[in-house]
Formats: sequence, structure tokens, C-alpha cells
Amino acid sequence: MKKSTKYVCSLAVAVIAVALLFALDANKTGAGMLISILQKSAILAVVAVSMNLLNGFTGLFSLGQAGFMSIGAYITAILTIPVKNLDGVYYMSGIAPWLRALKEGMEASPSWLQAIYPFLAMIVGALVAAGFAALIGIPVLRLKSDYLAIATLGFSEIIRAIFSSPQMDQITNGSYGLNKVPTFPSVFGLPSLFTPFIVAAVSIALLVLLINSTYGRAFKAIREDEIAAEAMGINLFRHKEWSFVISSFFTAIAGGLLAMFMRSIEAKTFSITLTYDILLIVVIGGLGSVTGSVLSAFIVTASKEWWLRFFDQPLIIGGWQVPLFRTGFRMVIFSLLLMIVVLFYRQGLMGNKEFTWDGLARFFRKLGKKPAQAKGGAEG
Amino acid sequence: MSEVLRLENVTMQFGGVVAVNDLSLHVNQGEIVALIGPNGAGKTTAFNVITGVYTPTNGAIYFNGDLIVSNHPQGNMKKLYQGENRDKFPTVKVQTPDAITRLGVARTFQNIRLFKDLTVFENVLIAKHMRAKAGIFSATLRLNAKEEQAMRKETQNLLEILGLQDLSQEISGSLPYGQQRRLEIARALATNPSLLLLDEPAAGMNPQETDELTAFIRQIKDDYHLTVFMIEHHMDLVMEISDRIYVLDFGQTIAEGDPEEIQNNPRVIEAYLGVQEDA
Repeated sequence: MKKSTKYVCSLAVAVIAVALLFALDANKTGAGMLISILQKSAILAVVAVSMNLLNGFTGLFSLGQAGFMSIGAYITAILTIPVKNLDGVYYMSGIAPWLRALKEGMEASPSWLQAIYPFLAMIVGALVAAGFAALIGIPVLRLKSDYLAIATLGFSEIIRAIFSSPQMDQITNGSYGLNKVPTFPSVFGLPSLFTPFIVAAVSIALLVLLINSTYGRAFKAIREDEIAAEAMGINLFRHKEWSFVISSFFTAIAGGLLAMFMRSIEAKTFSITLTYDILLIVVIGGLGSVTGSVLSAFIVTASKEWWLRFFDQPLIIGGWQVPLFRTGFRMVIFSLLLMIVVLFYRQGLMGNKEFTWDGLARFFRKLGKKPAQAKGGAEG
Repeated sequence: MSEVLRLENVTMQFGGVVAVNDLSLHVNQGEIVALIGPNGAGKTTAFNVITGVYTPTNGAIYFNGDLIVSNHPQGNMKKLYQGENRDKFPTVKVQTPDAITRLGVARTFQNIRLFKDLTVFENVLIAKHMRAKAGIFSATLRLNAKEEQAMRKETQNLLEILGLQDLSQEISGSLPYGQQRRLEIARALATNPSLLLLDEPAAGMNPQETDELTAFIRQIKDDYHLTVFMIEHHMDLVMEISDRIYVLDFGQTIAEGDPEEIQNNPRVIEAYLGVQEDA
């Protein structure tokens, strides 16, 4: 395929995506379901790509995502809940006086500053998460594979326990969680519906730039062979630490987005199941493929929450009620689909390749020629 | 002639097993020195000690006259240590392999360790990473475009000189065996070493490939002003190319000298062929 054709294709996709968002914005009430699924997918795509940076590109099997997301989510939520709602949110133990003073100070600041506060809150949350990652990375990153997974998993659970502990009542509202979190702020005067997509796009773009830089290559070298990477002058610890810190930073950004998306968060949201959901997205998309993670975030979220919904409704054909169609059956079908995907695409949908227009064209050509053998996926 | 590498009384003991026992040797500037010996003699362990993969139990290593590694038995080893010269090295100096590579010691591995899923070009380009001055943020934001371009150019040049330019976009794991060996050497050269350690470069090669390798090692040694220290089992290659040879058996040097001396040394013959039983 010619370079100009590819360019036109990419541009067309971008224009269609933006047009779709404007259309959705004009028809908010009718398309509420679609909007929320797309937004959630975009948020999970950010986490999936950052998890892929760690698991797929650096070869560090970490399961701490939920913990870092919760740090981002809690800090964003605490910093953005309006002062007038504080008493309603912290109705049990009240809010810590210093925190209230800080928030009152924030609301007294000039309006241009207030407009960017939600973003600052996300960045502060992400920096705190990155700081934690740097600290726990020092002991934990010396571990290998499964041990690293267990250690990071433990960290994630500790964070969750701390956030929901009674001692934190005046800050995180303990086990009651936080609500009345304001929704997405708007950027560049665009409708607020665009915000998660813009933040996600910027985050993923930065991660892609990192992966394709000389540091990204060093990460891949570590994934391929640690001993050889060291013999090439790559300092294992420093590079693993960078990868861990950056991955945690963007995971926490996504956590902040998630808080704004859900409007209310509690420690339970960030249990180990959240990490598994993300791991699922990464594996289905393909370890070591950014486009795979993004695609899979949308496909998995959509099929879980939307496409398979009708399996949950009772279905009657010609007076005969089809058995099994009841609440929860959707998840059975979903699990079956997962198994099929894993059986036929061992390496995930994209393997460790990236999406390219050439790959797509090849895929369709193959599909046209030998429909029975077209199992390769849209490899680039 | 100045010394590039010097090992002093290096002992490497794993638990109760002494893999390298009181090994002392030196490699001079511009030499090709071979380290030979039967299987399990401790040759690769010696390489791993030099490159920082293992910290020696006892002994010191100098590179270009500077102390780079030094240790004496510590902790549990105080009791377990079976070697000699235990009080000779009071200083403790340990460096990670990447630091030693940065000093100018490059190596290849006995069982090829390429970055198998990456291309030939990327394999060599990664070796340039350690000299990159850009930090992670400027590299991500592409503020290092000039440096990146220079790295790519150097890589391209190196591949052309070594005759690998046609393969540059191939996945390195799919190359034929001989080419993989060659690529591993290319990758080591990309770190701009002054000392090159080759761990069985001719392993698994047929005679023709071995001849090519001999010429190749000579060529890079002259072109890049290298000193070469290699482990090898192919005696034809060793005898043809080496200036000096060290023979290792049970972790100890049993002989040292030029190829002719080694070939006629009764202890070497004994180690390789076993003791002759006279009737």
C-alpha cells in the first residue's frame, strides 16, 4: 500500500472518530449506553497500555495495577469534590480540617486556575502513585516473574486496605467511599464528553513514543534476555524502575479518569478483579502490542457490558422459552468466547505486532482467498 | 606491551564447589589469548567473573591497570572457603555487568543470547543505548533526534562493515546459526570495547565456517584495535589464531604458553587425553 493511501486511511479514521463523538454529544440521552461504554473502554485502554509497557515490553509480570489506579482515583476524587458537597460525602466522620482548608483555598483561587484543577488533581494523583512505585520498586523489582507478581499484588491489596481503614475515615471516608465526584471537565472548549478520549489519546501517544525511543528498545532487550541486556551495558535496575514508575503514573491517570467517570468510588472497586480484567484485556490484545491492547479494551468492554446483554434477557421463540437465557448467562458466553480467542489466537489478537494498514489489507486478501484458513489476524 | 586484563588469585566458589581456583592470568594489549580446557574446567565461570555476572569469592581483577573487581571471603564463605590467599585482598569492589561493559569489556555467550524477537538492526542498535546521553524524557519527546540519528548511522555502518546489512531487517532468531554468532560479535563490537571476550565462538560450526570465523576475528581485531580473549574448543582455530594460550583444568591453570609449547606440554596432553596406562 502506498504511503499516501495509508495516511488518508488514518486521517479518515480520525475524522470519523471525532464526528462520531460530536454526533454522540448531540444525542446524549439516546446514546447514553454507547457513550459510557466508549468512555470506559478509553480509560481501560490507558491502563492496558501501561500494563503492557510493564508486562509486554519490559517483561515484568506485575499485578499491582488496581492499587496504583486507586491512588490516582482517590486523590483525584478528594481534590475535586466541591466544598459544598463535603458534608454530604463525609457524613460519618467529617473531613480532616487541613483538607477542608486546602479545598477552600483551592475554590478561592482565580477561575482560570480552577478550570485546570481537575487535571492538576489527576497529575498529582499520578505523581504520588509514581512516587510509591519508585519506593516499592527498590525491593520488589529485584524479584523475578511470579514472585514479582505476588509482591505487587500484595502491595495493591495493602493500598486498598489502607484506603478503607477506619483510621483514614477523615480523608478517604473509609469503607463508605467517596461520591459526588464531579464529572469530566471540558478541555479546549470541547464538550466534556471528549475529555476522557483526549486524555487517553495523549497518554497512549506518550507511551508509544517512549516504547519507540532508545529507552523502549532497552526495555525490550530486558524482556528478551536480561543477561544479554546487562552485557550490552543496560542497567537492569534503573530501567526496570523507570518502566515501573512510568507505567504506574499512567495507570493512576486512568484511575483519576475512572473516578470522574463513575462519579463515586469505594475501595472495593479496586480489588484484584479489576487487575484481572485489565490483564485479560492485555492478554487478549497481545502482550507487546499497543494497538492490540487498545482494540481489545474496546472489544472486551463492549462485549462484556453491551453486545452480550441480550443473553441476560429471557428469550421466547414461538412460545418456547429458550433455557439458560437469564441474568448472568452473558458471563458464561463471554468466558466461552475468551477461551475460543485464546485457543485460536495463542498470542492474543495481535501477537506482539502492531496494527498497520498493510496488515489489514493482507488480512482481507487472505480472508477472500482462503476463508477456512484465515486465522492469522490483522498482523502488521 | 601494556596489560589490558589481569586476574590475580581469582577464586570462585559456589557453596562447597570450587569452580575457579586461584586463577591468575594476564592479557596484553593487542594479543589474542585463548583459554582452553576440558568441559567443566571453569572457563565460562572465569568469563562470568570478569564481566561481573558473578562476584568472585576471592581475588582481584584489573582492567587497563585499574582495579575493577576485588573481593575476599565474607559471611558464610569465611567458614566454607577452601582456596588460598584469603587475606591478600582487603578491599571489596563489586560492579554490575553493565558498568563493566561501559568500561570497555564486551562479550559473547556460549549459548547465543540474542534478542531473538527483535531485528538484526535493533539488536545492534540496543548496544548503542548505553552511550546515549539523552534522558528518558527527552528521548520520549524526541528531543534527541540528532543523537538517535547518529546511533542509527553507526549501527548501519557497523552492519555494512561486518557484511550483515542485507539481513538488517530480519528477525535475529530466524538467522542461520553461523550468522547468529556473527551478529552476537557485531553486537558486542557496537559497545565500542577495547577488550572482547568470546565464549566458544566456533561452537557448532563446520570447518569452512570456522575458517571464515578465524579471518573475521583477525579482521575485527585489526580494524577496531581490539584485544581478544577467547574460550574455544576447536584446536585448529586456537592454534592458528592465538598468541598465547592458558589451559585450565579443575579451575586451575595447568599450563601457559604459545601454541607450540602447549601442544607439547605433557600435562595438557594428560588433561585432554587422559593418563596413558603403561603396560
